Amino acid sequence: MSREQYQAPNVGSQQTFGAGGAGGRDFGAEIGGGIMYYTCGDCAVRVPLEKGAPIRCQKCGARVLYKERTKRMVQFEAR
Amino acid sequence: MPRKAPSQEELEKRKIISVNAENVSDVTSTDYPGHWPGEDHAWDLDFFRSNLRIEFHQNDPLLASFSLIGVDASIANAFRRIMIADIPTLAVETVFINNNTSVIQDEVLSHRLGLIPFRGSREGLDKFLKWWKRPADGADPNNSYFDYNTVKLSLHVECTFNDDAAPGETDPTRLYHNAHVYARDIVYEPIGRQDRYFSGPDAIAPVHPDILIAKLRPGQVIDLSMHMHKGVGSDHAKFSPVATASYRLLPTIDILSPIVGADAEKFARCFPPGVIALEKVTRAEAAQRGTGYEGREGEPKAVVRDAMRDTVSRECLRHDEFRGKVKLGRRRDHFIYQVESTGQWESDAIFLEAVAHLKEKAMRLEQQVVNMVR
Repeated sequence: MSREQYQAPNVGSQQTFGAGGAGGRDFGAEIGGGIMYYTCGDCAVRVPLEKGAPIRCQKCGARVLYKERTKRMVQFEAR
Repeated sequence: MPRKAPSQEELEKRKIISVNAENVSDVTSTDYPGHWPGEDHAWDLDFFRSNLRIEFHQNDPLLASFSLIGVDASIANAFRRIMIADIPTLAVETVFINNNTSVIQDEVLSHRLGLIPFRGSREGLDKFLKWWKRPADGADPNNSYFDYNTVKLSLHVECTFNDDAAPGETDPTRLYHNAHVYARDIVYEPIGRQDRYFSGPDAIAPVHPDILIAKLRPGQVIDLSMHMHKGVGSDHAKFSPVATASYRLLPTIDILSPIVGADAEKFARCFPPGVIALEKVTRAEAAQRGTGYEGREGEPKAVVRDAMRDTVSRECLRHDEFRGKVKLGRRRDHFIYQVESTGQWESDAIFLEAVAHLKEKAMRLEQQVVNMVR
């Protein structure tokens, strides 16, 4: 199970959203503005966070937020 | 001084491996030049041809069982190894994951997808599809994918709540849509000329549609595409066309002196069902003196009905009442093959292909030897 040609997502490439987003969701709102989406550890809602904003769920106030999975394609060998 | 040629009985005896209570003896074959004084035993094509036999016991698409009689263990083992490691099949080799929010990790999911056996038209798999060569480091891999060496599959499943589920329902498969991801959810996407060979019933599809790949809960998504390539089992077990390909030697059971009465019933119980049959001692047998049957007319006696079914557990050798009355063995040149196909090949075709492969290897070796001498 070796990872092939995997590139870690680097900052500044967030604008490439939407092109690879195949989950059927609209990422248009995410382009620009530097808003990142996180998942609330308590209520599982998608939380938009701006730079410098307190790390806190707007809905339930939980302070544990999870990073979303990369929208990039990841390649694996089926071994 | 010319010696007497061995009798047929003697030749048969030489083929038997002795299975004793504590050990196995006479294991190696002796039919080669220089072993028996005054006997040739050089390999001879006509002699081999007249001795070789193949008997099929079972021939189903997924399971073939047959006897290959009259070959050396080295040849029989070569066939077995070629079936496992050298017959090419098509399997998932690369997985491109766009999204996977299921609980099963990307690496594990890829591994599982690789192990799913697929089928397709024989002609397309044999003639149309060629080998895919891994591009050199740094080269653009996209220049190596063509319709004749790559088969594209995709899997796109999203789990959602089922609004029509009955209140109080606890079964996830009814509570949600796509709670289970099965092999049948994989979609084959023909490229270029592939639909000429792989369409309708000949399309690339999983052999077993009910293989469970992953389980999902609402909101979880699996979205990926896959590339399949041809490969051989020596590279990775997922390419092996057989689930098992094995052989065993034919067991022999010789009852040296009669086993009669209650002993016969106990003797039959020492073997798997169907190996030993019980027959009644006839009047003629009972009338003869010194046979061990005298005065026992009508009692059961043990006879060997089907030694092939024996597992050679040697249970009968543990009991004192059978001491010296029975001899267990195996025939050194009688190989009972069991070939279980994963579904891409017909199980009997795998063996035929193995024979062709060995022939091809031998011819290649011959050319190498010729070049060496030159």
